[in-house]
Amino acid sequence: MNRVIPILLAGFLLAGSAFAQPQGMVLVRGGAHTPLYTGVTEASTVNVESFYLAVMPVTNAEFLAFVRANPQWRRSHAPTLFVDDGYLSHWQGDLILGTAQPNQPVTRVSWFAASAYADWANKRLPSTNEWEYAASASETSRNGRSDPAYTRRILNWYSRPAPNPLPNVGSTYRNYWGVYDLHGLVWEWVADFNSGLVSSDSRSNRDADSKLFCGAGSVGAADFEDYAAFLRFAYRSGLEARYTVPNLGFRTAMDAPVN
Amino acid sequence: MTSAMRIRTLAATSLLVLLLAGCVGKSDSSNPALLALAPENTSSELHLPEIQGEEHAVLTHAPNVPPPITRDHATRVIVEMQTEEVVLELADGVEYMFWTFGGQVPGQFIRVREGDMVEFHLANLPNSTVPHNIDLHAVTGTGGGAAVSMVVPGKEATFEFRAIKPGLYVYHCATAPVGLHVANGMYGLILVEPKEGMPEVDHEFYIMQSEFYTAGAFNAPGLQAFDLDKAIDEDAEYVVFNGRVGSMTGDNALQANVGETVRMFVGNGGPNLTSSFHVIGEMFDRVYGEGGTAVNQLNVQTTGVHPGGSAIVEFRVDVPGRYTLVDHALFRAFNKGAVGILEVTGAEDPNIFAGQTNMADFAGTAEPLPAP
Repeated sequence: MNRVIPILLAGFLLAGSAFAQPQGMVLVRGGAHTPLYTGVTEASTVNVESFYLAVMPVTNAEFLAFVRANPQWRRSHAPTLFVDDGYLSHWQGDLILGTAQPNQPVTRVSWFAASAYADWANKRLPSTNEWEYAASASETSRNGRSDPAYTRRILNWYSRPAPNPLPNVGSTYRNYWGVYDLHGLVWEWVADFNSGLVSSDSRSNRDADSKLFCGAGSVGAADFEDYAAFLRFAYRSGLEARYTVPNLGFRTAMDAPVN
Repeated sequence: MTSAMRIRTLAATSLLVLLLAGCVGKSDSSNPALLALAPENTSSELHLPEIQGEEHAVLTHAPNVPPPITRDHATRVIVEMQTEEVVLELADGVEYMFWTFGGQVPGQFIRVREGDMVEFHLANLPNSTVPHNIDLHAVTGTGGGAAVSMVVPGKEATFEFRAIKPGLYVYHCATAPVGLHVANGMYGLILVEPKEGMPEVDHEFYIMQSEFYTAGAFNAPGLQAFDLDKAIDEDAEYVVFNGRVGSMTGDNALQANVGETVRMFVGNGGPNLTSSFHVIGEMFDRVYGEGGTAVNQLNVQTTGVHPGGSAIVEFRVDVPGRYTLVDHALFRAFNKGAVGILEVTGAEDPNIFAGQTNMADFAGTAEPLPAP
């Protein structure tokens, strides 16, 4: 874990350069993205700008470095306004991983904690559209949605019991962009997890929510067969920013220089 | 009695009251049910009984049903249920990752009384992969409780609803994609027992049909993944009662004695196929069609049970032997698993069924039939 801090420092330095790729991140080239849900007044396709995305989810070791440097985010210190009772509860102590492994993805972290980590690392959480755009790539194509094997792989994740203990980061597959573990390891926080269904008119929030339930869920969906995306949107809609969940982690993103 | 009750609760809308008044106006004396309900249905107000005390609901796994409710008042009923994702056998040697209410398919049977306030606690086990919720068709309210019961792994949601309308209702998970949650086993039955109670019977059973869409063909061994294409095509590999092939056969057969009365609370979780529920060798003496509170037909051979729907059937067993419960869409029964057994023990009664009395040789007719 001592190695982590130099790596992160190196990341800061490289981030200052317009041309160097930040350590541990890859460039996801922008393009058109069709979100699962769009409001009636919104375009069905959005343009995602190029951005950097972490190759791996944040690990226990990396998060330990963060709480070491930021005592207010240690398990015994973090305010209950920002984390629920499960925060890092699988660690042995504030600064002791115990049976949690350094290279497992960190889980049981709230959105507030994940955002604070990203700030500290001079990065940010990816937006829903960025995350979905990157995650819609298969191993070989930037758009895996038309590939039956892509959906099948994701659904298969839910067809068997979650591995216990949680595997290390990098243990699933590497996609077209060079990003690992977007499907099949843990769920991941996104910056706007609670606004994916919300249009600018707050009065319509309820209608947007209702799309997630029963047959209404199929109305307005971009891809009727994208069951895996339904699962993710449902998952996000069940979250609150202070929640911590045993299979929910995060990864970081950064803006890419405009060229 | 029961039909009056059912309609009375609907009568909150003045439009329906007008329609009913119209019926009564015709002096249809051949229909006592309509006459009987007329006086108390002129009010559009809903009269909710006072809640007295509280109790914890007894929840049972199929084929068992919680005991009849003997209370004569409404109470607060606390229901505690948890969602669990578990690998269980779908058939001998065939495993499936079921998503469940209470660790089994179907989910636990809930029994409350008309007028009760139900305090529902839904917890999602921390090791679950996905969020879950519950839509109870017994709820008068948006989403049947779905939106207010959404729980990610490791959370518990609490909501309350008044069981206004008696009947036998399906509940199911309604988290997107709802078809997947239901296809994986998330459904069960809740009985809102009429406040007058139900006629006494000797046995009550909980039977729920549903189908499974596995990647492997019927009986292909090992842990089977869900097959989305088959689900969309409604091409089920398994159609089963109570969550697996053989849930009610062999040692698990339902038991009754000659002369006893049997009530089956029959539900259909679907997600796609309508059941043609039939007991080979019996008729249903009474059917509460579609899970409502009126006996709408006597002496029924086969009753339809829709996905997301139910029926209550009652019959007396008079002849000993093994009675086979089937979906009478027969290839489901004999090729996909939709079979159960009701074993009836007791004395033969040749006045009802004499068994075989003779077997003779038959060589066909000697003369060809005359040409037309």
